[in-house]
Amino acid sequence: MPIPPLPADAIQLGAAASTWRDAVRLAGNALVRSGSATPAYADEMIRMIEEHGPYVVIAPGLALAHARPGPAVLADGLAIVTLAEPVSFGHPHNDPVRIVLALAIAAGGDHLGAVASLANVFNDSDAIDALAHATTVDEVQAIMNAGEAA
Amino acid sequence: MKIVTICGAGIGSSGILKVNTERVLKKLDIEATVTAVDLDSLADIARDAQVILTSAEFVEAIGQTFADVIVIENYFDTQELTSKLEAALG
Repeated sequence: MPIPPLPADAIQLGAAASTWRDAVRLAGNALVRSGSATPAYADEMIRMIEEHGPYVVIAPGLALAHARPGPAVLADGLAIVTLAEPVSFGHPHNDPVRIVLALAIAAGGDHLGAVASLANVFNDSDAIDALAHATTVDEVQAIMNAGEAA
Repeated sequence: MKIVTICGAGIGSSGILKVNTERVLKKLDIEATVTAVDLDSLADIARDAQVILTSAEFVEAIGQTFADVIVIENYFDTQELTSKLEAALG
């Protein structure tokens, strides 16, 4: 499975968030706009972090918010929110976060292709910086599509 | 050899760690199966694992294990993965 579709609806650039919860909520809202999830999915992503800590901050400046497959997921989806001002998740090494990705996967057994494609994008250490500075949806889509080609 | 990656949901971040670990192992020419699991499934799956890869948040929850527990800071940094895996396996 390739990276889930990333329509313009699922991308929000230069967003204002004052806490990590706000930031994850915005990413959840983007999944709702693009038809991938119900509003309950944002609650689940937030609960995962409350329960387990800021482990979703998997690289400097980047959070990969997600929850388990379930009824709140309507279709595989990815959302990207870049923040005007970075927020802290409380991570010992990777704070502050400038980019929140939200990943919704409909079926548990079927996600490794999608995360492999994400890895292709972000194993390029310039990708996080490029995304954080992107000013158009086209730029974001081009950066993310680079992983498909790799 | 059996390697396990852990996160809260068993998808997403542990999946990225699995994919990148497999890439690094291939470069190092080391044969291993890498399984991504959530914390709740850990006890069964990790019993005979040699290496557990995760982030600092989960170390305490892993509890007692015979495996080498490796904490990864940047899941996309294959250099970090390479040097930590080499240190554990070498």
